[in-house]
Amino acid sequence: MISKLKNIGFLRGLVVTLKTTFRSSVTAEYPKLDKRIQVADRFMGFPALLWDGNIVEPYCTGCMVCVRNCPTQCMSAEMKDNPKYEEGISGRRKIINEFEINLGRCILCGICVDVCNFDAIEMSHEHELSKYQRNGNRANLDTLLEMGKEYQSKVNWTPKQPEKNSGKPKEKVIKPKTTGDSVTPLTLDKSLNSDSTEKDSAE
Amino acid sequence: MQVSQSQINEDAIDLMINMGPQHPSTHGVFRLVIWVDGEKIQKVEPHIGYLHRGSEKICESESYNQIITLFDRLDYVGNLNNELAFSLAVEKLMDLEIPERAQYIRVILCELNRIASHMLFYGVYGLDAGATTPMLYAFRERERIQELFESVTGARLMHNYIRIGGIKEDVEKDFKEKVHKLIDHLKESIDECDDLLSNNEMFLVRTKDIGIITADEAIDLGLSGPSLRASGVLEDIRVTDSYSIYDRFDFGIPIGSKGDCWDRYFVRVQEMRESIKIIEQALADLPEGEIITPIKGMVRPPKGEVFVRTESPRGDLGVFVVSDGSDKPYRVKVRPPSFVNLQALELMLRDTYLADAVLVLGSIDIIMGEVDR
Ligand code: SF4
Ligand code: SF4
Repeated sequence: MISKLKNIGFLRGLVVTLKTTFRSSVTAEYPKLDKRIQVADRFMGFPALLWDGNIVEPYCTGCMVCVRNCPTQCMSAEMKDNPKYEEGISGRRKIINEFEINLGRCILCGICVDVCNFDAIEMSHEHELSKYQRNGNRANLDTLLEMGKEYQSKVNWTPKQPEKNSGKPKEKVIKPKTTGDSVTPLTLDKSLNSDSTEKDSAE
Repeated sequence: MQVSQSQINEDAIDLMINMGPQHPSTHGVFRLVIWVDGEKIQKVEPHIGYLHRGSEKICESESYNQIITLFDRLDYVGNLNNELAFSLAVEKLMDLEIPERAQYIRVILCELNRIASHMLFYGVYGLDAGATTPMLYAFRERERIQELFESVTGARLMHNYIRIGGIKEDVEKDFKEKVHKLIDHLKESIDECDDLLSNNEMFLVRTKDIGIITADEAIDLGLSGPSLRASGVLEDIRVTDSYSIYDRFDFGIPIGSKGDCWDRYFVRVQEMRESIKIIEQALADLPEGEIITPIKGMVRPPKGEVFVRTESPRGDLGVFVVSDGSDKPYRVKVRPPSFVNLQALELMLRDTYLADAVLVLGSIDIIMGEVDR
């Protein structure tokens, strides 16, 4: 069979390569800003914390749900009492005090975003984070918020649950005994005690 | 390394050749010890375990949603198919009803993943045979598929997209057009790739009648997937033990006749065409609706055990899950196709020339991440 077809297959291959010769190039020149490929809208880069511009504070309350659900245990968080809550400016009773993600260890799985009940964390488009030190990728709260702000302005970010997470103080004087479960301060307490994701049920 | 004298040709001066673990053609960190008589291979001994990460053991300390990220990393070329296998197992255990839309999207993405995986095989196999051009063509096409994955799942390789009960988020509105455009393009490029390599005389001489494994031997060794079908056995779990919604589609199963390297290569090229047929049908029927069955709180399957087998790009991927009713599995066992297919290497390589060892190894398309787990 091979002898009968002598050189036919080879020539067919050459026709293919010949055609390709006249095609425009498909490679992108990576480091050049105008020639690189832009990432997709849904691209999952490193996680970043989001900034609530209305109240001027982070969305994150430091509830630690994401920390517990991270498969690589690369995050740590610490909460504090929110001074703005005392002043009546904010509806968040607790606020994040310290937050650290070891981005060198993060596997970009997006589980932290899925489990967060407060729209506080999002996979940003940041993906170029080579550092000179081994621990250079330990991002602290400020870095993460900086990444988050950049991401928010880039994609025109809006919260997924705007009512629940608006951060506006609740008129708690008027309805002191409500047992509704979607009012902010109550849900906050609830999710602190459960290790489950309540986002699904809230949706 | 001791080898019993009876297994080697008595008159031969046995020379042991070590290939790997850091060898460019072993497709990962894989060591092959080869005993040769002149240029003929007498015996081979595969050494595995260089990429062992203990995934099965780690599964026991992770919750079900976290395990999907581990399954992504088993067969790192057919990620979505791996995610699907694990999700199907847990869903079977929990008796979950999966929304239609999610099922269809899963199938479309898994078949695209199969094409991407076979494209990679095509390119690398050309490289194994000494041709550089096919690799460039194949990577170009694979890149298009990965671009689509990026726009749907957010990641190019480790998607973490399939969830227990459905999928993570709905596809974008222009998904249908995008996939249509992609498969129109792929159809052309598969033909192009086919023209480029399949009938090239030099490639034929290198791959025809090399590494033959007969149907009986293949079944005895537990081969599966394209490597088994190349020996002429009609076995595809998508059809013979249908899972998900594969029974609704009309597609062919390409089989080989001889079980040599070329058959194993060509079965995969044909399979890409069949996958496109599945995608076309699935796109036509893609219903609207829910994308996930919500599960309250953590995933906690009832006590029990379950075994699910699926057809991954490399063959029969089985997942066995034992649950003790908590939010973490008691035991997870994976039956990886690459690991089992690797067994056949010794038989395939016996009495072939040393120069063909790489071609035979390449033709069974192993992924070391899956072999070692
Ligand atoms: S789950 Fe959300 S609110 Fe809670 S600590 Fe993590 S990012 Fe902050
Ligand atoms: S993306 Fe995954 S690995 Fe990274 S911080 Fe979030 S949960 Fe952890």
